[in-house]
Amino acid sequence: MPKKDALAALYLCMARIRAFENAAEILSQGGVSAYNKTADGSAKVRGPLHLSTGQEGVAAGVCAHLTPRDYLTSTHRGHGHTLAKGADLGRMMCELYGKATGFNGGKGGSMHIADFSVGMLGANGVVAAGLPIAVGAAHAQKLQGRSDITVCFFGDGATNRGPFLEALNWAQVHQLPVLFVCEDNRWSATTASGPMIAGPGASARSESLGIAAHLVDGNDVWAVHEKAAELVQTVRSGHGPRLLHALTYRVKGHVSVDLAAYRDPREVEAALKNDPIQNARRALLALGSSDAACDQMDQQAQAEVQSAMQSADQAPWPSVSAAYTDIQTTGAGQWF
Amino acid sequence: MVLNTMSYSQAAVLAVQREMEADERVVVMGEDVGRGGIFGQYKGLQQTFGTHRIIDTPISEAAIMGGGVGMALAGMRPVVEMRVVDFTLCGMDEIINQAAKNRYMFGGQGRVPLVARMPIGIWDASAAQHSQSLEAWFAHIPGLVVVCPGSVQDNYSLLRAAMQCGDPVVYMEHKTLWGLEGPVDESVQVPLGQAAVLRAGDRLTMVSWSRQMQVCQVACDQLAALGIQVELIDLRTLWPWDRDTVLKSAAKTGHLLVVHEAIQAAGFGAEIAATVAETLGVRVKRLGAPRIPVGYAPVLEAVARVSAEQIVAAAQNCLKPVTQ
Ligand SMILES: Cc1ncc(C[n+]2csc(CCOP(=O)(O)OP(=O)(O)O)c2C)c(N)n1
Repeated sequence: MPKKDALAALYLCMARIRAFENAAEILSQGGVSAYNKTADGSAKVRGPLHLSTGQEGVAAGVCAHLTPRDYLTSTHRGHGHTLAKGADLGRMMCELYGKATGFNGGKGGSMHIADFSVGMLGANGVVAAGLPIAVGAAHAQKLQGRSDITVCFFGDGATNRGPFLEALNWAQVHQLPVLFVCEDNRWSATTASGPMIAGPGASARSESLGIAAHLVDGNDVWAVHEKAAELVQTVRSGHGPRLLHALTYRVKGHVSVDLAAYRDPREVEAALKNDPIQNARRALLALGSSDAACDQMDQQAQAEVQSAMQSADQAPWPSVSAAYTDIQTTGAGQWF
Repeated sequence: MVLNTMSYSQAAVLAVQREMEADERVVVMGEDVGRGGIFGQYKGLQQTFGTHRIIDTPISEAAIMGGGVGMALAGMRPVVEMRVVDFTLCGMDEIINQAAKNRYMFGGQGRVPLVARMPIGIWDASAAQHSQSLEAWFAHIPGLVVVCPGSVQDNYSLLRAAMQCGDPVVYMEHKTLWGLEGPVDESVQVPLGQAAVLRAGDRLTMVSWSRQMQVCQVACDQLAALGIQVELIDLRTLWPWDRDTVLKSAAKTGHLLVVHEAIQAAGFGAEIAATVAETLGVRVKRLGAPRIPVGYAPVLEAVARVSAEQIVAAAQNCLKPVTQ
């Protein structure tokens, strides 16, 4: 694919994630009682909603190289990863509403969004929990002699938990086909990550285990795309794990109701000027594309989200009996 | 019927071997499993099946358990080794939040056919961090099956059943049962969730599991000598537990005593006693360890053990008429 077309595809992917999350944010207002806000119960999207606004370049740039047979594990901030991996936007919206037609049948919601049919093995409510699961999946791929790989997204904060070390060590010891992607958005909930991370962070920790790490500007989707192409190819051809450290920024608060007043406004202002979608638009224009063409992609994304919301509105709730299914085959169903 | 005498540990090796022969997807992961495991419970398997199926891992309990979840989601059937239940605590998120919840949370998109072996119980002079019986913790968690085999045959049959289960199974062998010898009939199938009635009796129902069964047997002999015939039930599987067998027996005898090596407070005995009391209104009693860590010195360790004498006294107490 010529660069312009490939970049346009990345743009559409990012626009879709942005449109989805903007809608989800509005749908969630008033529904969460975290951070001293009172819940009024009227929200259609309930519970903690972690938005990846500003980070779309990482999800889009990396996932562009994956097939549905490749696996992906994600974090609590997983909408972008899931959409970029190819999950159906409509069923995702249904899941955020908690409807029976959602991917998880209403049992998971935003924080546990998953689409196994495209290899997306789940967002996760526990920081760093996706890392060991990813290496296990990659280990299975290796044993099965598959040429598929596993991509593992995690935040900069996750590098402080033990499973990060355990998973990287495991991957390197067993030379597993896994690409670790650190989405370094500079924040961990309401605490700046930097002062909490001893030493130079994810890349240095990775390299101390012999896993080559690569730094990339996560807000330049083409830079991510190019670096990821190389790393995915390396991992796919059996050279063991690699780590991609993507620098980006969390534009919104930790969850949708968090106004993030603890941040320096200048920092946010600077980040807004470095928006990955706007950056991609400028790059597209420089390649001869037009504003109209970009606007059209924005509108397409909006339209997809609108129709998803309509179908989610109409979709049925899970039956009460579904609360008792998919627990376990032995024992569940007879005795609760 | 071919009966071979072997140890509890050899029975486990045989069970894993049979499942590995039958199913390519079965792999074992854990520390020291290549050399046969610290109790010989994987002895010889790496020679037979190779390093790619009997996988030596770093000392990384979280990664072993979490890796098992990822492997299972990717179509394998891993057996993960925790050495002793006490170390499972380093992989607790991975079993409780990931393995147990995965199938439900993702709406049935993924299944986690994983067997987590985590030996329980007092292990002579091993003190507080290597002697725990934490089965109640896991029985509390929806999504987990909990198995506590108490005999050599059961360790063969139940381990095979666990590996065929398709959902995460917490498989708890007892640290001092490894050397126990007994006959194994390879054709015997023991389904998960089925208790065994080891002695018939009419005065009192005694329920226990794992190594404590042996102590209960001694107590039952002593009670028989006193003219008290006890119906002794080995629960074998704690979740799902065999309520039908227990309720039927308790309805017959009118008295229930649950005995376990685990700490009595908030133990699984409370669940059984409460269920029987709620359902039948019969007299129930529990007997477990005091709520203390297991001490090192023999005298201290003994305090944490439930003895045959205590069981006899508890049974007699249970049979005494209630005085207001
Ligand atoms: C084990 C664990 N500890 C704490 C939390 C609460 N928590 C949720 S997200 C988060 C911050 C994570 O930071 P990072 O890994 O950088 O990801 P980001 O939110 O920035 O995307 C925290 C502390 C959790 N979910 N899990």
